[in-house]
Amino acid sequence: MSRPYAPKVVTANLLREGDVVYLTADDRWTPHHHEAELIEDEAHAQMRLLHGTAQKLVIVGAYLADARQGKDGPEPVHFREAFRTRGPSNYDHGKQADLRA
Amino acid sequence: MYSYSDFDAAFVRARVAQFTQQVERRLDGSLTEEEFRPLRLMNGLYLQLHAYMLRVAIPYGTLNPNQMRQLAHIAETWDKGYGHFTTRQNIQFNWPKLPDVPAILGALADVEMHAIQTSGNTVRNVTADHFAGAAADEIEDPRPYAELLRQWSTDHPEFQFLPRKFKIAITGSPNDRAVTRAHDIGLRMVRNAAGESGFEVLVGGGLGRTPMIGRVVRDFLPVQDLLPYVESVLSVYNTLGRRDNKYKARIKITVHETGKEEISRMIEERFAEIRPLFGGADQALLSDIRAAFAPPAFRNAPVDGYNAFYAADPVFRAWADTNLSAHRNDQYAIVTISVKAHGQTPGDATADQMRLMADLAERYGHGDLRISHEQNVILPHVHKSDLPAVHAALSQLGLATANVGLISDIIACPGMDYCALATARSIPIATQIATRFDELKLEHEIGPLKIKISGCINACGHHHVGHIGILGLDRAGVENYQITLGGDGTENAVIGEKTGPGFAYDEIIPAIERIVLAYLALRESAEETFLDAYRRLGMEPFKDALYTNEGSRDAA
Repeated sequence: MSRPYAPKVVTANLLREGDVVYLTADDRWTPHHHEAELIEDEAHAQMRLLHGTAQKLVIVGAYLADARQGKDGPEPVHFREAFRTRGPSNYDHGKQADLRA
Repeated sequence: MYSYSDFDAAFVRARVAQFTQQVERRLDGSLTEEEFRPLRLMNGLYLQLHAYMLRVAIPYGTLNPNQMRQLAHIAETWDKGYGHFTTRQNIQFNWPKLPDVPAILGALADVEMHAIQTSGNTVRNVTADHFAGAAADEIEDPRPYAELLRQWSTDHPEFQFLPRKFKIAITGSPNDRAVTRAHDIGLRMVRNAAGESGFEVLVGGGLGRTPMIGRVVRDFLPVQDLLPYVESVLSVYNTLGRRDNKYKARIKITVHETGKEEISRMIEERFAEIRPLFGGADQALLSDIRAAFAPPAFRNAPVDGYNAFYAADPVFRAWADTNLSAHRNDQYAIVTISVKAHGQTPGDATADQMRLMADLAERYGHGDLRISHEQNVILPHVHKSDLPAVHAALSQLGLATANVGLISDIIACPGMDYCALATARSIPIATQIATRFDELKLEHEIGPLKIKISGCINACGHHHVGHIGILGLDRAGVENYQITLGGDGTENAVIGEKTGPGFAYDEIIPAIERIVLAYLALRESAEETFLDAYRRLGMEPFKDALYTNEGSRDAA
């Protein structure tokens, strides 16, 4: 019996700035995890990863990270990915500061 | 202090120009990331969790005031206004943007600095006793030898693709402040029966996944044999080292698998081959380098003012008691500036703090600054009469914390707040321990105690040699912290012992508190340090304190 596929998002860092970004369903790179495309099919995940990885002048180090559906969109599963959505815990730096509207 | 020769300056400038073009080619798509990655790593540029990180070498931890000011300028111009001093006496900038890195490297070259060989499978920055040239117990200043090794190892064609990274540490004192026993090569200066100085050579020490204390392969190496001997060690390692398995590639594994006798024999055999090839140019160079490290012109002046101030001001006295060390000139003191204010990130200094330390070094410290592997900044030569003024100035910018060697003087790696390799956070554990014991007002009562924290098994935070070591791991998707006790990074180096099961993020601070309170209850007197008490009592009483009635104590 095969286990159900754990949903994924495609994530990477921007080539120039290094910022953490996620691939959206309409092919944008967003800094917001909840805007990412939540991929529930393994074959589709591989296609989306290839699509992301090919954008060599925009991002670097694309990979698939586990995610789950949340109230406002996909949420990270692992604490490492949760940290990547915000920035470091010792200073108000990174996305937690940059994205505050 | 050593100044670049025309050759050094041209070499560093050429590398900046080369990397500038490599960045341009990456940004215009001529280079893929796979092609670019090794090139950026050769220049100290990593991609971390939230951003790029640039690691800048501070050779043997020595800086002059202008270099420190330039680091401040870089922090303000291209980063977020601060820098992080590391356990390898380097500085890391956590937020550079790729297109700005060539300009940063240019700014470094302007003050004779660079980021070359701060990554990759090469000989990394040679680290040294941060009290070098000043310590009362020193046989000889080790920095001329460290500089000789730096020049020899920089861009050395034979050693650019070693099986794995290679770290050398050197001390000129019998009391080891440079953790030489936990390095790939450790060099500890000793005297032979004839009174000549030489090195005890240790090979195969290292922390990380497989912690090992270095083995002595030569009891006494005459100083003039240093380069050919170190080259022999590297040469044997380059041949034998395991390139098939990254986790078995460090020289400690080579020594372990080959055996100390056999590898010593191979090193000596290679040494016999290459010693004659060193025709004396290295010794001529060494003598020029030595001249650059001549001691400063020490001032001869009364110290009565210092003594009176010490007697009169309790805040100054507390600072003097913890943050000063004995200088070889008894009118002078070595000042350790704590970059560990309670609740602040260990090793982080703001641009303003860097500029203040540079100014103080210039005005009161013979223009000399050091970075310690314990992530503090040292003014190695301060006349005692100037100490009240230095202390007052440091107080203005949060740099006068009287905690050197105490429980809040914690080594912590960047951990999962920054590092892509980390499995858990380290910094908030360090800041919470410091804050907690400051609240309890127990720090000075507890006395000398070294806590060292790593956020993954690679052990950048030296947790194995902490009196209390903390290792952050990922246990089934949750941060978990393993404790070791009894580690020691001195000339009597010992790897700490695991206490047992680890603790969750919100359990680790109370766990450390239980250990420390147990020590206070068990020690024979205030003079018995934590490490001494542990050696006398062993693990059991501390284990009891940690694990017995754990739940009820937490609830209390």
